[in-house]
Amino acid sequence: MYLALMVALPFVGALAPLLFRHQGRRQIAMAAAAITLASLLLLGLLTPAVLAGQVPQVMLSWLPQLGLHVAFRLDGLSLLFAILILGIGLLIIIYAHFYLSSQDNAARFYAFLLLFMGSMLGIVTADNLILLWFFWELTSISSFLLIGFWFHQSNARRGARMALAITGAGGLALLAGILLIGNIAGSYQLDAVFAAAEQIRQHALYLPALLLVLLGAFTKSAQFPFQFWLPHAMAAPTPVSAYLHSATMVKAGIFLLARLFPVLGGTIEWFTIVTLVGLATMLFGAYFAILKNDLKGLLAFSTISHLGLITMLLGLGTQGALLAALFHILNHATFKAGLFMIAGIIDHETGSRDLRKLGGLAKALPMTMWLAIITAAAMAGVPLFNGFLSKEMFFAEAYQQHLFGGLSWFVPVLVTLGAMLSVAYSIRFVYDVFFDQAHELPKQPHEPPLLMRMPVLVLAALCITVGIAPMVMVAGLLTPALTSIAGPSASVSIALWHGFNLPLLMSALALLGGIIIYGKRAQLFNFNRQFDIRDAKDVFAGIVSRVTRFCDELMQRIETGSLQRYMAGLFVLVLVFVIPELMNISALTGSRPQIAIDAVSLSGAIILMAAAFGAVIFHRQRLTSLLMLSVVGLMVSLVFIQFSAPDLAMTQLVVEVVSILLMILALFFMPQRIPRSSTGGRVARDMLIAGFIGGVVGSINFALLTRPLTSISEFFLNNSVPGGGGTNVVNVILVDFRGFDTLGEITVLAIAAAGIHKLLNNLRPFMPSRDVDGRAWHQVKHPMMLQTISQLVLPLALMVSMYIFLRGHNLPGGGFIAGLVTAAAMILQYMANGVDWVKDRFNYNYQSLAAIGVLIASLTGVGSWLFGANFLTSWFTYLDWPLVGKFEIATAILFDLGVYLTVIGATLMILANFGQMTTRHRPRQEGH
Amino acid sequence: METLYAITVGTLTACSVYLILRARSFPIVIGLTMLSYAVNLFLFSTGRLVIDQVPIIGAGEHYTDPLPQALVLTAIVIGFAMTAYSIILAVRVRGEFGSDEVNEPNYQADKEDKR
Repeated sequence: MYLALMVALPFVGALAPLLFRHQGRRQIAMAAAAITLASLLLLGLLTPAVLAGQVPQVMLSWLPQLGLHVAFRLDGLSLLFAILILGIGLLIIIYAHFYLSSQDNAARFYAFLLLFMGSMLGIVTADNLILLWFFWELTSISSFLLIGFWFHQSNARRGARMALAITGAGGLALLAGILLIGNIAGSYQLDAVFAAAEQIRQHALYLPALLLVLLGAFTKSAQFPFQFWLPHAMAAPTPVSAYLHSATMVKAGIFLLARLFPVLGGTIEWFTIVTLVGLATMLFGAYFAILKNDLKGLLAFSTISHLGLITMLLGLGTQGALLAALFHILNHATFKAGLFMIAGIIDHETGSRDLRKLGGLAKALPMTMWLAIITAAAMAGVPLFNGFLSKEMFFAEAYQQHLFGGLSWFVPVLVTLGAMLSVAYSIRFVYDVFFDQAHELPKQPHEPPLLMRMPVLVLAALCITVGIAPMVMVAGLLTPALTSIAGPSASVSIALWHGFNLPLLMSALALLGGIIIYGKRAQLFNFNRQFDIRDAKDVFAGIVSRVTRFCDELMQRIETGSLQRYMAGLFVLVLVFVIPELMNISALTGSRPQIAIDAVSLSGAIILMAAAFGAVIFHRQRLTSLLMLSVVGLMVSLVFIQFSAPDLAMTQLVVEVVSILLMILALFFMPQRIPRSSTGGRVARDMLIAGFIGGVVGSINFALLTRPLTSISEFFLNNSVPGGGGTNVVNVILVDFRGFDTLGEITVLAIAAAGIHKLLNNLRPFMPSRDVDGRAWHQVKHPMMLQTISQLVLPLALMVSMYIFLRGHNLPGGGFIAGLVTAAAMILQYMANGVDWVKDRFNYNYQSLAAIGVLIASLTGVGSWLFGANFLTSWFTYLDWPLVGKFEIATAILFDLGVYLTVIGATLMILANFGQMTTRHRPRQEGH
Repeated sequence: METLYAITVGTLTACSVYLILRARSFPIVIGLTMLSYAVNLFLFSTGRLVIDQVPIIGAGEHYTDPLPQALVLTAIVIGFAMTAYSIILAVRVRGEFGSDEVNEPNYQADKEDKR
């Protein structure tokens, strides 16, 4: 459990700096340091077990169906990285406190840093590949936030965006690779994946999986050809560069290679790709490191070079190479984090990072100079410093491999060349800053506060002690790490002195060559000047803008802004998908016996179709078209009656009235006549599409109708009376069996009404003052005959709706229909008497009515919880009333009341609000 | 009868699709409404065509399938909400842009500029 806590702590702790943001900066830094220290202590508690060869694990199921678990393990490899992450993290937090200026938002900085620290811990301790990926992406995001910390600088923003684009894309590739691996292994848990290693390597999908995983690792660890994002990430504050872009995050890719080495490693593909990429990266980084004039740029390219070195070692994959890789991970993190911090100190004290301007700082910063010499010597691989040992081991491995047959000799040669370059830029770092002739600097440098130097001091001390006594210092740590990737039999032995042998000669050559290259660097600079090296940022920006332009053009072609075209495309797509399926049916007519056609049905169908065609033919004369539509609607309700659906017929009838009324109202605001706008070609095209769609739908419907029915409705029919207490099965389904659906439906209705209410807000509709033939509107707004009749009808209609509502559970009717009847009666009042007249008498807020309806229906559902039943379980009983007789009470009627009120509220909200528009701003009546 | 029903549904669908493909908002709203009728009829018919067997317990020996009916009943009401929303949207667009064209107002102009 300590393990999960250790990972969780930085995430929770990321809030701490934010909580302390109103306190001083010191409190913020101390809070962040305290959290890291606590995590480190937890790690300390777990360490003895790991060193003793155990692997502490925790597992919580997250999404077991997807094989995703919150599972952590702490094996030797995890421990090595966790110590680096937390240890260097702590030093960075202290250092950053002095580095950040008072204008910087320290709380935000530390919150991001802790977030990153947690994600990084998550990667190295994850016991589940998907979880690992999850944390992997989190580091990309937190790295993005940290690089862009000074978001007012455009290069910080661009650098952050580039880093996110590259590592994010790599992350996606990694996910694909992990899914492949998990699919082959049958699990994403590391133990299962390790167990299936042989199977994975033999699998046909091994190569794609390997390539995808390598893509993820290489982008993250800035390997060639994805190295270009790292130098631009140097726009980050220096503590971030020191922490993320040298010691930890870029090592995540290396970690992944090491983690999956037992699964993916050891094959010829692995060896070839990883080794060569590593070698290329090492040389590339080392060459450009010398050429950089920016202190951080030099370090960035040197980081790329060293990461290449480690990658190459992992590619070689022998036990010695793996040991050298792990050892160099440790060493590189110590000396490079120190060097970055020194670069930060120099920048902080002098105001410049330019090697051409800096010089002669030995006097002003003597302590810093010594620290720089120590850490740079470790980077160059000078004997007695830790970098020497791992580099020596690297030379030995490069020399011993015979993997390229007769051409194997080129590897040690190139490696030595890389080491020479490494020595040269290390010298440049120290000499140009501290010893070269002094220049005018923006600031007069002073030694920084002791605590700012302290983290570097710790790291420099480690460089020396590890360099002198490696077995004492790190063998204990490296042994479990090595056994976790190279198998239990692996053992660690690091010696200072192997006698006079070839690796020693290579070291000597490297040192000598490095000094010579440094001495002749002017020629190198001149040589390099003839190449027009393009800035990676511009190349990247060029690619991005090209992609955007391509997408723009594509969008312009697809998104024409023509609804007609979209709709036509959609319909054609429907045809493309449906027609082949229909052609697979052997016979359209099924086995179900058909009903004979009677004369009434036939004439009804003819009227219906004629009206539908009429609506199309007269679509430019809108009122006619609308009337045709209303005929269609009425005929549809007759169809429902014919085929045993009285509830539907009633609903359809009332909805028809209400919607036609609404559309007539709308007509007032629309142009009355439209010019013929479609060309002949378009009409033909649309007729073709419409004809096909109609034919297809009709055919499907016919095929369906003539096939036997298997239905789940037996249950509803059998349980309607005993379970729901009502004989009208349709209504019982609505308010009881499928009450939850109905609740959803009335909510949608209320939302639609609310949307319409908003649409009508501040609407200045287009209002004609005359009709289409130029006549002014009639003077009498409310004809007396209509007024009188409508007032007579109201109580009657309300009574009918009440009756329909009450009987709904047993006979056709119910809340929906009753609500619509009431609403229609009210609308009639509005039409006959005007809005003001109704408002004087019945001034009710329809929005609240609809809301109350939904609320009642929901509360009825919740009410059943009080009785320990599921949501919306209904309850009913029969009571004996004097005079009336046996009477049924069901909670379903309460639910139906909710439906009833919602329907009234929503309908009136739509119609009454809209109707007001016509009267409130009545247009001026000109020229009687 | 099944043939007649299917032809009716097909005709309704075809007419509504044609209306939906028009360039002005009002015919589109009419088309949408008509399409919702067609869809409702189609869904309703998944219970097959049955005469004189209303799904009310005690009303007869056999009952037609009540489930599509319940489904369609709510669909009618929701269809109304959709019709209402789209017609008000059309009015609003007319009020804002002064036109009932459904194609983006400067779509044609854009194209001509480029030529």
